[in-house]
Amino acid sequence: MIKILYFAGLRESIGSSGEEIALPPGVSDIARLRAHLAARGEPWGSLATARNLRTAVNQRMVDEGAAVQDGDEIAFFPPVTGG
Amino acid sequence: MPVDIPGPASSVSVQHEPFDVGAEIAAIAAGRPAIGAVASFVGLVRELPGCPGGLSAMTLEHYPGMTDKALEDIVGQARGRWQLQDVRVIHRVGRLAPGDAIVLVVVAAAHRGEAFAACEFIMDYLKTRAPFWKKEETRDGGHWVDARDADDAAAARWDV
Repeated sequence: MIKILYFAGLRESIGSSGEEIALPPGVSDIARLRAHLAARGEPWGSLATARNLRTAVNQRMVDEGAAVQDGDEIAFFPPVTGG
Repeated sequence: MPVDIPGPASSVSVQHEPFDVGAEIAAIAAGRPAIGAVASFVGLVRELPGCPGGLSAMTLEHYPGMTDKALEDIVGQARGRWQLQDVRVIHRVGRLAPGDAIVLVVVAAAHRGEAFAACEFIMDYLKTRAPFWKKEETRDGGHWVDARDADDAAAARWDV
């Protein structure tokens, strides 16, 4: 299983703060995972259309080529605006 | 819900409660004669000059679990670049009103050069790397604050 988290505006547009799913076959990196999640249709369409979406794997920011493994915690979120 | 458990090992806090700038600076400097300079930065919730409804409040969301790690990583990078005596970072979350303090960075060093530079570095990196998001509430409703290109540019000039 992998744990997926959504934050801020992305969380609101999806209508969920996260989900747990089995690691889909053939999904080995962030870009493929994002495409897989978005391909399920609404309400996950914004995963495909959101600009500058950021990703963290196990609470570290990564780029789209980062590997995804069973047991990972993966977070998708808009660019940060703290401070 | 505060996610930070205050303790001597951590110089980073994420909390709902307000902070006392004077008390934080005093706590860092007390009994440490090697400290010759303390630089601090306080970020406040700002009124929106162009917003007809005015800003009534701001809510700060964060990613519990990652937030502390990200802040500690930023502090660690600052400590690797400059000779620092101590660093304290406090970031508030939850609902804040205009004029409320959002963030505090305190850097103590032997001399002001390191203290000023590290304080600015930490703020620049926090703005682009720490998982916080601001939602503004106005008379017209709520909207998420967009990230600013200027913040990316400010972080990029440190070339990490």
